[in-house]
Amino acid sequence: MVHETTLENGLTLLVQEVHTAPLASVWCWYKVGSRDEGPGVTGVSHWVEHMNFKGTANIPRDQVKGIIEQFGGSWNGYTWIDQTTYLETASASALDRMLFIEAERMASCLYTPEDCESERTVIISELQGGENDPEQRLDAEITATAFKAHSYRHPTIGWLSDLKTMTREDLYGHYRRYYVPNNATLVVVGDVDTADVVRRVQQQFGGIVSGVPARRLTTVEPPQDGERRVHLRKPGTTAYWRVVFHAPAFMDPDFFPLLALDAMLTGASGLNIWSGGGVATPQRSARLYRGLVNSGLASSVGGFLAPTAEPFLYSIAATVAHGQSIAAVETAVLDECARLVADGPRPQETEKVLAQLRARFVFDAGSVTDLAHQLGYFATIASWRDWTTIGDRLAAVTPEAIHAAARKYLVADNRTIGIFEPTPGESEAL
Amino acid sequence: MALAPVRRVLPNGLTVITARNPLIPAVSIAIGVNAGATADPAPGTAALTARVLDKGTTRYDAEAIADELEGRGASLSVGAGRQQIVVSATCLAEDIGAVLPVACDVSRQPTFPEAAVATRRAELITGIQEAADDPGSVAVDALHAALYPDGHPLGRPVRGTHDAVAALTRADLVAFHQRYFVPGAAIVVAVGDIDAEELADRISREFADWRGEPTPIPLPPAPAPRGERTLIVKAMPDKSQADVAYGTVGLARRDPDYYAALVMNNALGQYALGGRLGDSIRERQGMAYYVYSSMDAGLDAGPLMVRAGVSSENVERTVASIDAELIAVLTGGFTTAEVDDAKRYLIGSLPRQLETNAGIAGFLLSAEVYGLGIDHDVRLPQRIAEVTHEDVARVARRLLDPARVVVVVAGPWSGPAA
Repeated sequence: MVHETTLENGLTLLVQEVHTAPLASVWCWYKVGSRDEGPGVTGVSHWVEHMNFKGTANIPRDQVKGIIEQFGGSWNGYTWIDQTTYLETASASALDRMLFIEAERMASCLYTPEDCESERTVIISELQGGENDPEQRLDAEITATAFKAHSYRHPTIGWLSDLKTMTREDLYGHYRRYYVPNNATLVVVGDVDTADVVRRVQQQFGGIVSGVPARRLTTVEPPQDGERRVHLRKPGTTAYWRVVFHAPAFMDPDFFPLLALDAMLTGASGLNIWSGGGVATPQRSARLYRGLVNSGLASSVGGFLAPTAEPFLYSIAATVAHGQSIAAVETAVLDECARLVADGPRPQETEKVLAQLRARFVFDAGSVTDLAHQLGYFATIASWRDWTTIGDRLAAVTPEAIHAAARKYLVADNRTIGIFEPTPGESEAL
Repeated sequence: MALAPVRRVLPNGLTVITARNPLIPAVSIAIGVNAGATADPAPGTAALTARVLDKGTTRYDAEAIADELEGRGASLSVGAGRQQIVVSATCLAEDIGAVLPVACDVSRQPTFPEAAVATRRAELITGIQEAADDPGSVAVDALHAALYPDGHPLGRPVRGTHDAVAALTRADLVAFHQRYFVPGAAIVVAVGDIDAEELADRISREFADWRGEPTPIPLPPAPAPRGERTLIVKAMPDKSQADVAYGTVGLARRDPDYYAALVMNNALGQYALGGRLGDSIRERQGMAYYVYSSMDAGLDAGPLMVRAGVSSENVERTVASIDAELIAVLTGGFTTAEVDDAKRYLIGSLPRQLETNAGIAGFLLSAEVYGLGIDHDVRLPQRIAEVTHEDVARVARRLLDPARVVVVVAGPWSGPAA
């Protein structure tokens, strides 16, 4: 049972009691992500997330570490296209400490110029570590190619030149604009008492002044009217192939039919983008796993349809197997997509993937941390109540709806194809 | 809250361990068999065996495995490590009756279809190629090779090498399976929302008629102590940043110093954002997104290693900073507060580790492999609490010596400035 309260300053609080282990997980979610960034400040949301671990008015810089660790807890955060979030999971006796940290983070972070500078190089190191991976490079290129107008187009970490030139004022301004209680959802799940949580949250957060909710960018991606391609030729050892299709947002009626379609093609992945529920995707009977991996064309294939606030992408990614051609992988994927467009699901195929997805939704919430994640994540892209109806929306999916989704989304005009073709490099290691 | 698992050893030698966890209506199964890369007759044998194991059995061909599992949303995967191959399955509790027999048969009676061997061999070779293009993997592999020379199994990656894997045949996998997959060398763990006795009964019935005698896997001798410091440069000029792997031979899981080393490693390179190393290299100097130390304590002594990813102009400063932190530990030691904090953290993190089905199953499997006792979850806090400040200082002196470490740098860096 989820208990929802809204404080006078606009902060939304969600509490769910789970008493199977003596743990509590606290997540504080903000509706701000890389889609709220324009030219010159790409990456600012993610950099702000880093700065928000560096000391506050009442937590000196050198005492940040230890607060949660004393209780055996872990903490972390992430930034993506629609949201930024922070979490602590620890013994339930640490509840007050966890709430204190989140209250401080919302209102009282310091942003000293020295810390901003020192973090600039840490983030550039994070970006360069990502560039070492050819798949991450290709993902950044293909996303920027598929979107020409919507701010989902730039990578969450930002463009290097922006990371080199952004100022402390850019960071602090972004923080003050978005980190207000009426733009946040606080989630507490675990071995807690709801009334007690509400009282403590009131104490810790009640005095934080609300702000003017920032207006989000309104650009809508125009319909894509022709296939796009990006072909990287870089030193490497392995070829990678991708296709992305513009996809419906989570609240769109087409979302669940497309999720079922993905399960048919690449295996049911569920809806927890944080942990995947910690369970390997069942792929054995997925069409593309059979067509690409069992046939030896690719060493792996995967699909990704994330629940998002606005229309994002459905992607299919394959690693070309040793000795196989990129062209053969491309033909196999596009032929299978064409088959679904022409014929729709096979008999019993819909029932099978719906059963898979039902099980995934259970695994998705397999710990207090994951359950708290799901409630908060969906609050940032729709509402937490929309997460509680995913089973019903899934159950309503018909073979006809899946076929219609295939015809609407898996078409040439709506796709961008990305290729990483390795060229011989100078590395000794190769 | 103790796990209070059920543990049985069947007449055929199989160990069965189960525990109840009611958090979600699901079950996780882990079947661990002492058939890891340490037993490899040729590099990559265990890794390839793991990849083909679930591609058909005498009772279920690939199609039937897919049907049994996937119509139910169950997931089954097989992985190879140094000590074991582990078959892992997760399903809804209501589906245990259908999924357990498949997991059992995959372990006991795989058929290793010829076509699947060929496909998975190419798949593994692709993985070996990808690792050769990843500076982190290149650095860690080179560190292992340098610390464990002369054919020591820890000197080569579990995934094997291109040439060795290319030469593996179906017959190699069949022989490896026959030799090592026997009940006396296997542990079946299952955790989830089912009564633990009932779960143990189901597993016992499924595996009761399994036969075979274990073949002991001799532990290789410990590598000779190193006389001098070694720098290895793996130039990868097309990469954006360099990966540093800095390390030495650590200790085995059953070593009496294990818990002291666990605390030492936490304070040195784990606590919060990477312990003392993180404070210096990430927080104060802003040089790296990741820097941490890790300890691989298995049946034998795996490496104690420091890892960092930094730009090429910061490689030398990073290595010097790691040296400086090690020397500071050796000369000044950790503060009492640092040792106490690390201990409190390690003890306090146990409930988190033991929250999920898969987390509990992994913990119980590892406790059984290393002979730590069925009540290890209850005893572990005390074992850590007993570590003294002097124990930590002693294990630091035993393990850390910048004058004898191996340092590997892989990435766009060609060596120290002349």
